[in-house]
Amino acid sequence: MLRYMGVRLLGMVVVLFLVSLFTFVIFFVLSPDPAVQICGKNCTPERIDQIRGTLGLDQPFWTQFGQFLSGVVAGRTYADGQVCPAPCLGYSFQNSLPVWDMLVDRLPVSATVAVGAAVLWLLAGVAGGLLSALKEGTWWDRGAMVLALGGISVPNYVLALVLQYVLVVQLQVLPFPQAVDFADGPGQWFANYLMPWVVLSFLYASLYARLTRANVIDTLGENYVRTARAKGLPGWLVIRRHALRPALTPVATIFAMDFAGLLGGALITETVFGLNGIGKLAADSITQNDQPVIMAVTLLAAFFVIVGNIVVDLLYGWLDPRVRTAR
Amino acid sequence: MTALLDVRDLTVAFETPRGRTEVVRDVSFELAPGASLGIVGESGSGKSMTSLAVMDLLPPGATRRGSIRLAGTELTTLPPREMRKVRGARVAMIFQDPLSCLNPYYTVGLQISEAYRAHRPRATRREARRAAVEAMERVHIPHAAERVDHYPHQFSGGMRQRVMIAMALSGEPELLIADEPTTALDVTVQKQILDLIAEIRRDTGAGLVMITHDLAVVSEIADDVLVMQHGDVVEQGGAEQVFSRPRHPYTRRLLEAVPRIDDPLVGPGGAR
Repeated sequence: MLRYMGVRLLGMVVVLFLVSLFTFVIFFVLSPDPAVQICGKNCTPERIDQIRGTLGLDQPFWTQFGQFLSGVVAGRTYADGQVCPAPCLGYSFQNSLPVWDMLVDRLPVSATVAVGAAVLWLLAGVAGGLLSALKEGTWWDRGAMVLALGGISVPNYVLALVLQYVLVVQLQVLPFPQAVDFADGPGQWFANYLMPWVVLSFLYASLYARLTRANVIDTLGENYVRTARAKGLPGWLVIRRHALRPALTPVATIFAMDFAGLLGGALITETVFGLNGIGKLAADSITQNDQPVIMAVTLLAAFFVIVGNIVVDLLYGWLDPRVRTAR
Repeated sequence: MTALLDVRDLTVAFETPRGRTEVVRDVSFELAPGASLGIVGESGSGKSMTSLAVMDLLPPGATRRGSIRLAGTELTTLPPREMRKVRGARVAMIFQDPLSCLNPYYTVGLQISEAYRAHRPRATRREARRAAVEAMERVHIPHAAERVDHYPHQFSGGMRQRVMIAMALSGEPELLIADEPTTALDVTVQKQILDLIAEIRRDTGAGLVMITHDLAVVSEIADDVLVMQHGDVVEQGGAEQVFSRPRHPYTRRLLEAVPRIDDPLVGPGGAR
């Protein structure tokens, strides 16, 4: 087990290295000169050279990449004497703030969005899918599946705009969302996040409902479910113990991946609702070509996905006894 | 004396969009308490559907008609709640493929003890566990006290079928239905399982309905035989009589199809 974890962690470092290399290459090759960008309108060639020197932009590719990596691990001191403690992800070209602080600042918003949406979509998706499976072929089942199809095919910015128009503009039952701290009052906090949660969870709930339905229908056809009935177990126990547990195991593992992905920022939802999370940071940094920030959000997303992957593998071993003993 | 199982004019049909298909037609048989009946026939002859109809475990879309009486009680009109009390407690079933019939997510101990508790609402977890170990010992699973916490995939095919039998025994049924219990097993293991079933019948006096396509199995274990083809009963009677003087051509063909060790070798082209 210890060996297994060691191998997985090593794999994680390798993947993160490759992701950062890849991102670095893209910017090195494609991006316009950041020094010009930082310098602004009233710029002299001397000033541009100075900025290049300070940031190390005049160095060859591998030197710059090496400086970036060692900065993440050990911190970095720039040519003008500015010290950036580890983990140093550089400074934003736009506002000169340390990128690490920006991430730390924005992560709680993305986490709040992800957790709230996850609770909603798990409840709605699993319950809806289970009911659909148990009432397979009925009008309830068909209705739920049509709704789920809608959830999958309607882009969530469309849903977001429609909801905003109806609930905020027309009915005025909800405020326009903005990032509010829980400390500002739970009621206000809840009202602010409700719409993003609903919009984001609708897509996932639809996917999970379809997945749960298909899995439950499959397991209900399994021989061991027939055995459970042949023993004379009550119907609810047959479903809860013998059908639901095997049907939900893959759902649980997919959930870990989806949730991890969302911690890296819900780009569209955060942008549409103006929530200052990681997703909006990513969108803004891309439009402004703010290389250090793009680099950081990419790495952060990759980090969460990889951790999610490891969690999935551990979870599978824990949930499925066949995997447990094979390891 | 009332028959243990009395099936009259049982018909099982599937309703499909393209019409109605009868997979079992007007099957009637009787089983005396403690007696054994072999139902034989090729795949698709309706023998499994007959047994599932008795348990009210037919797949979705299937309907049954006719009468099924267990020691005088009509089962076809029993409300689901009452039928649940019959399953496992009065009629228990052993299936063909023990690996797919055991839930891979739970220990065999849990699966046996839940069969024990299903009909003993006051039984505690601890009692049920002890009963599971005892049931495993009764079916001769070595190191039962330790094996009780293992998962189905950690058992061999023969041991898994023993687990299924232990599970079936937990409800102390009057009637055991075994649907091809040895088909998925090696020949040597088949023999052990058949011996075990015979031993259990001796000890408990339970009646047995054995469904199989293997005539050797039937001749070894059954008092009476029912031969089915395409959903119809083509021949029935005492095992001795059916095997020595088969009347229906299908039975004769079935008997001829049994390979014998002194048969001449026949190559793929029929050349000798």
